[in-house]
Amino acid sequence: MTYRNRELFYLIVVGMLTAVGFASVYIARQSFVSWGSLGYAVFFFALYIAAHLVTRIAVPNADPYLLPMAALLTAIGVTEIYRLGPSDAFKQGLWIVVGLALFALTLFGLRRDYRVLEQYKYLFGVGAIVLLFMPRLPGLGTTVNGARLWVHAGPFDFQPGELAKIFLIVFLAAYLREKREVLAQARLKDVGPLLAIWGCCMLVLVSSNDLGQALLYFGIFLAMLYIATARLSFVLVGIGLFLAGGIVAYEKIPHVHERVTIWLQPWTTNKVFCPTTGTYALRQDCQSYQLVKSLYSIANGHFGGAGLGRGTFTTPGVGGKPVALIPFINTDFIYSALAQELGLIGAAALLLVFMLFVARGMKVALQADDGFSKLLAAGLTFGFALQTFIIVGGVLRIIPLTGITLPFVSYGGSSVVANFLVLAGLLLVSHRANSA
Amino acid sequence: MNKQISRISLIALGLLAALVVATTYWQAWQAPSLAARQDNSIERVAQFQIKRGLIYASDGKTILATNVKRKSGSQTLYFRHYPTGGFASQTVGYSTQGRSRAGLERSQNGYLTASNANLGTIWSKITDQLKGTTITGNNVTLNLKVGAQKVAESALRGSCGAAVALNPKTGQVYVMASSPSYNPNLIESNKGFASILKAPSACPGSSSALLNRATQGLYPPGSTFKTVTAAAALDDKVFNPDSTFFDPGYCTEYGQRVSNALNPDQTAESYGHVSFLQAYQHSINAVFCNIGQAVGAKRLTDKAKQFGLYSKPPIELPASEVEASGEFDFRHHRTFDDPGKMDPGRLAFGQDKLLVTPLQMALVAAGVANNGTIMAPHLVKEVRGPDGSIVTKVKPSVWKHAMTPQTAATLNQFMQAVVTGGTGTNAAIPGIKVAGKTGTAETGRNHVYDAWFIFFAPADNPQVAGAVLLENQANGFGGAVAAPIAKQIMQAILPAASKH
Repeated sequence: MTYRNRELFYLIVVGMLTAVGFASVYIARQSFVSWGSLGYAVFFFALYIAAHLVTRIAVPNADPYLLPMAALLTAIGVTEIYRLGPSDAFKQGLWIVVGLALFALTLFGLRRDYRVLEQYKYLFGVGAIVLLFMPRLPGLGTTVNGARLWVHAGPFDFQPGELAKIFLIVFLAAYLREKREVLAQARLKDVGPLLAIWGCCMLVLVSSNDLGQALLYFGIFLAMLYIATARLSFVLVGIGLFLAGGIVAYEKIPHVHERVTIWLQPWTTNKVFCPTTGTYALRQDCQSYQLVKSLYSIANGHFGGAGLGRGTFTTPGVGGKPVALIPFINTDFIYSALAQELGLIGAAALLLVFMLFVARGMKVALQADDGFSKLLAAGLTFGFALQTFIIVGGVLRIIPLTGITLPFVSYGGSSVVANFLVLAGLLLVSHRANSA
Repeated sequence: MNKQISRISLIALGLLAALVVATTYWQAWQAPSLAARQDNSIERVAQFQIKRGLIYASDGKTILATNVKRKSGSQTLYFRHYPTGGFASQTVGYSTQGRSRAGLERSQNGYLTASNANLGTIWSKITDQLKGTTITGNNVTLNLKVGAQKVAESALRGSCGAAVALNPKTGQVYVMASSPSYNPNLIESNKGFASILKAPSACPGSSSALLNRATQGLYPPGSTFKTVTAAAALDDKVFNPDSTFFDPGYCTEYGQRVSNALNPDQTAESYGHVSFLQAYQHSINAVFCNIGQAVGAKRLTDKAKQFGLYSKPPIELPASEVEASGEFDFRHHRTFDDPGKMDPGRLAFGQDKLLVTPLQMALVAAGVANNGTIMAPHLVKEVRGPDGSIVTKVKPSVWKHAMTPQTAATLNQFMQAVVTGGTGTNAAIPGIKVAGKTGTAETGRNHVYDAWFIFFAPADNPQVAGAVLLENQANGFGGAVAAPIAKQIMQAILPAASKH
C-alpha cells in the first residue's frame, strides 16, 4: 500500500470512530441517535478527506500516520467539546476548517522547498517576540485566570503564544543550523544569544505571569540547542538558569507564588486567606478549587470511565439549570473531562496516541538530511510533547498548573490553527526526506 | 545530530509516559481516598444518579429515608426525602448535594449506593451499567425501635440531652436520640439550613442541633462512674462486696475537704458506718473518694479502658461523629491517660477532668447487665439488595471484657438497690426488676448539673440497657429528671422485647 492509501485507510477508521463517539454522546444525552448528530461525524469525515486530498497532491511522500493521528486527536477533542456544550463544538468545527485551510495553504505554498524560510529567520525571530508581547499591549491584551496570554480583537480572542511558539522554532532551527559549530566551541561571546533568549523567556514569564509558557519556550530552546551543539553543559547551565529565574519569580510574583503553593498543598485542614473573596477559607474551596475538582473528576473515572456523555461535570442548580463544577473544562481541563468519561483505559490510550505522534515526528527528524529540517522537525515535535506534558502534568499535579491548551484536543481557535501548522511543517519535512 | 535527536525523543516520550503513570496513580491508587473526601462534589453529584437504597426502622416497614425523582436536563437525579422528618435525625443523618452527608447516610454510603464489595452487588451494578438502567442501592434496616425512639425524643424535647438504649446481650441499638433535633429535609436549601442553625435551643453555647449528643457529646459522668470505680475496687480485690466504710461527710484530698453532694437544703449529708452496697445505693461521694484513693489512678484508668473508655465504640457511624471518652486535656482538646496527672479521689465519683459520651455510659450499664461482657453496639440490623436478598446480616460480637462475672453480679445487686431504695427510685417499674445508677455532675456553674441515669432491666434477665443524659439542669438531679425518662424508655421496649 502506498503511503497515501495507508493514510486514507486510517482516516476512514478515524471517521468511523468519530461517528461512534458522537453517537454514544447522543445516546447518553437523548437516548436516541439522530441524523443531526451524525451530521457532525459526516462533516469531519469530509474535512479529513479534503485534508487527505491536499497531502496526496502537495506532499505525496510524507509520513502516512501523522495526519490520521492528528485527525483522531481532533475528533476526540470535538466529541468531548460537543458533549460539554454543543455550541462550542460548532465554533471549534469552524476553527478546524480555518486550521485546515491554513494547513493546505502552507503545504501548497512551501511544497517546492520550505527551506526558503531559513532566509527570513530574523523576521520569524522578531515576529515571535512581537507576538509574545502582544497581550501586554494596552487595549489589546486581556487577563484570563490571572495570566495575560490573550489578545482581544473584535469578536475573536486570540492566544498569540501558540503562533509565537512556531515562529520561535523556525527561527531557532535556522539560527542554530547556521551557528552550531561556533556555538559548540562555547566561547563567552557566542553564548550571548543563549543568554538573550533566556532573558526573553524570563521577560515573558514576568509579563504574562505564566510559568508554563516560559517553561515551554525555554524547554524547546534547550532541546534544539542540545541537538545542534551536542553540548550537555549548555542544557545543564540552561536548566540552572531557568530554575534560578523560577525561584526569583516564585519569591517576587504573587501569581507564580500562588500557583506553586496550590501545587504543593492543594488541600488544607485549616482556613487560609482567600484572595478572591478576601475572607478565610479552606484552600480547596478557594485557590486550588479548580485543581482539586479536576482531580476528583479524574479519580471518578476509575478504570473503565463513566462512559462518553455520562460523566458528571455539572450540578443541578436553582430550577434544574446546570451549574458547572469545574471551570475551564473544555480548554485547560479537557483532560480531566476525558479521564472521567473514558477512564484509565481511555486516558492511557489518548496519551499513547500523543506518544505515537511524537515518535513519528522524531522519526521525521531522524530521516531528514539537512540540519535545518532536522532541527525544525525535532523542535516542532518536542514542542508538541512538552506542551502536552505541561498542561496534563499540571492537571495531574506533577508540576504547577498553568493554563495552556492540550494540542488538537482543547477548545480554542489559536491552538487548533497553530497545531495544524505544526502538522504541515512535519509533513513538509517528511515529504522532502522521503522524496530524496 | 541523530544521536541527540534520539536522546531528545526518549526524553519527550519519557515525559508522556510519566503522564500515564500519574493518571494511573490518581485513577487507581488514589481514587478511593479522593472519593471519600467531604468536598468531592463530583462524586457526590455523580451518586445522585444512583437510586439510593432506603433506610428502614427495625420493624422493616417504617421508612426513614427514601428518594424523590427529579429531572435535570437529560439526567434523572434522585434526591433524598425523610418521611419521618426529625426522627432520629442525627443518627440517620442526611445526604445532600450542597452539604455533603452525615450520620448513617455517610457511613453506609457504600451499601446505599451499591458500591460495596459484595459479589452480588457488583454483578447487579455491572449489569445495570451495561443495560444503561439506573443503578439501585441496597436497603439498610436499622435496629431502632420506632415506638421507643419516639418516647425518648418526646421526653427529651425542650431540653438538651441524649438517650441511648440497647440490647446488652446482642448490642442492637434500640434508641439513639439527641435533643435538640432537626428536620433533615431542610438541610439542602440555604434557607432551611440557616433555620436549623438559628433555631432557639435550651442550651445556648453548644446548641447545634446537628451534633449527635449520644455519640459526640462529652459530659462529666458524675456518680454513674462509681460503677466503674466499684468494678475496679472489686476486680482488683482492693475491697470486697462485704467491705464496710465510715463516712464522715467529706473526704480529704490534698489536705482539702471534699464534701458529699449537698442536699437541696444545702446541708452536707453524713451516713456514718455504711456497707459497700449502701455507699453505692446512696451515692456517697466521700466513701467513693476514699475507694478511689485506695485503688489509685492507674488501676482506675486501666478499668476504664476495659469498659471501653479511651477508644471509640465500634458503632456504624462515621468516625468523626463518634468521640472517645476519658480524662480530657482541654487545652489540646483530646483525652489523656497519664495517671500522674489525675486526681483518683475525684475521678472515683466521675468528676476530675473526666468526660464521657452517653453511648459510653450506656455500654457501662450494658456490661454490668451482660455478666461483664460489653457487646459491640450495632445500629444496623441487616442490608438487603433491591431484590430483597440478604447482602449482610449483622451478627453480635464482643467488644470488651469489662469485669468478671462475679463483679458484674455484685454490681447488678448494687444497681437494683439504687432503684428499690436509693437515689433512683423514680425509675422503678412495678413487676419488673430495674437496675440503675444516678449521676448529677457538676458543670462549674452553681446548682446547674448534667443529670444522668444509666439502667438495665429486667435485672435477672436483661433485655435493655441504656443511658439518659440531660444537660445543664437547674437543681436537676439525675434521679429526679433523668430516671423518669429512662423508665419510659424501658416501658416502651420491654413488652415487645419479652415476646422474643
